[in-house]
Amino acid sequence: MVFPFVWMAVSSLKPFSEIFAGRTFLPAAPTFDNYANLFARYDVLGAIWNSTFIAVSFTVLSTILCALAGYAFAKFTFPGRRWMFAFILATLAIPFAVLLVPLFILMRNVLHWIDTPLPLIVPWAANAFGIFFMRQYLTDLPDEMLDSARVDGASELAIFARIVLPTSLPGLASLATIFFIGRWNDFLWPLAVLQSPENYTLPLLLNSLRGAPGRTAYDLLMAGSVISLLPMLVLFLVFQRWVVAGATTGAVKG
Amino acid sequence: MAPLGPARVAPAPDLDRAAAVPSGLARRARRTLGRHRWPYAFVAPFFVLFAIFFVFPIAFSFWLSLNEWQGTGPMKFVGLQNYAALLRDGTFWNSMANAVILFLLYVPIMTALAVLLAAALNDRFIRLRGAWKAIIFLPYITSMVAVGFTFRLIFDTRSGIVNDALGIVGLGPVPWLDDPWGAKVTLAILITWAWLGYNTVIMLAGLQTIQREVIEAAWVDGATRLQALRYVTVPLLKPVILFSLTLSVIGTFSLFTEPSILTRGGPARATTMPVMEIFSTTFSNLRFGYAAAMSYVVFAVIILATAIQFRVARRGAS
Repeated sequence: MVFPFVWMAVSSLKPFSEIFAGRTFLPAAPTFDNYANLFARYDVLGAIWNSTFIAVSFTVLSTILCALAGYAFAKFTFPGRRWMFAFILATLAIPFAVLLVPLFILMRNVLHWIDTPLPLIVPWAANAFGIFFMRQYLTDLPDEMLDSARVDGASELAIFARIVLPTSLPGLASLATIFFIGRWNDFLWPLAVLQSPENYTLPLLLNSLRGAPGRTAYDLLMAGSVISLLPMLVLFLVFQRWVVAGATTGAVKG
Repeated sequence: MAPLGPARVAPAPDLDRAAAVPSGLARRARRTLGRHRWPYAFVAPFFVLFAIFFVFPIAFSFWLSLNEWQGTGPMKFVGLQNYAALLRDGTFWNSMANAVILFLLYVPIMTALAVLLAAALNDRFIRLRGAWKAIIFLPYITSMVAVGFTFRLIFDTRSGIVNDALGIVGLGPVPWLDDPWGAKVTLAILITWAWLGYNTVIMLAGLQTIQREVIEAAWVDGATRLQALRYVTVPLLKPVILFSLTLSVIGTFSLFTEPSILTRGGPARATTMPVMEIFSTTFSNLRFGYAAAMSYVVFAVIILATAIQFRVARRGAS
């Protein structure tokens, strides 16, 4: 299971010729040359910045908006909430393939957002999975807390910001981690909307290392792969329980 | 706005009010909106974004599929011609067939493995469950771009470690990525590796809602662990398995990153997938209308496959 990761790490310390010599597992003379060359020849820091900016922006915006909507569905009774929620769930079944072309045209011809981070942040800022997740999570929030705040005269927005958000931190962290990982590793949509190399995210940068058959710089690629993996590993080790629980929410009833 | 009829506190729904419906309805609507203004406001961001970035594109895409368009300039209405051409498009149907073949290659094995692993985790390895869950879930957090390139190295025909290992036991080098079927199999291995963890955790969650007494009763009755699994647990797991299969259907027809990176769709289009075709039709050929039609056909097939799955499941339950 972990073998590919091990291979990635081990290969990143081998020079190109050794990677393709075969028959070796550990590097004969481990070297960080691949990393140095990668940083020297490509704007790795730029790609890291782009990935980070997009992931953080999306995560913050999306977590808050999904918490807002999830809170409304969980703690308020208002006309239409049942079919609205069912409708939101139904949209999860629509594959991205149907949206790819028209969304791209919207970005390019109407909004002129091509080559900016906006197409990666805005469209799913309030997304069905997040709303579903937060609703499940917030249903268990004790009503007494909210009611006593209302009796004290707090506005609904204040209640959300000062009571709901702080007490649902574990759930928010779970969702935020899932969002962050998703954005960090995203490939298809960034490939479609980001066109200048200086705007590339990490996966796009890795992809650009591919050349003609036989001329792909696998040594640099492995180094880049490890770099792209490290933040995710750290996040995962810290938030691991929450990520696993959160990502599989809703698979089983109850 | 002054009400037309006498002001009423609780409007009665009777036919006499038909003449006053417009203002009564408007007044009721406004009151509802006012009383529930907070939840509506909280839910509004989703629906606004949804309308702009979901509803409009899907509707537009359908209109687009009835036209020819290069992205600039006027659209040329062609009616159902795109769909007619699509029916005769060998390249497209090749990609659809590839998706089906891939599905058959990896889904049964992966789903079975997920159930077995989950059963094992639920039963024997309970104490280390947390650690194991983390390990098998690792692929979920990885960029498929990075993994794809790594698998290329691992399965390289001449210098990959898999063929090296096979060589040690005397088996010939397998053309993993150089042969059409080898490539399909390698892609299936990659997908299995990537999604096994997620599906196992889903199965595990499902297993944990099944009471142990049911399974233990089967053991007491003399069933072996495997028999109990097959005849007692699996039927009870049906909803979860169905969920997993549905995700697999959607996921398989939506594949892009893995085949793009691992094999570039080759050799000879053996691993080209539908979304890759849509992508190249859009960005390389600039045939937006045709690509839109393609995406609708893929969508229809996904719905059909999912409906069939649900039908089969329901029939099996009765």
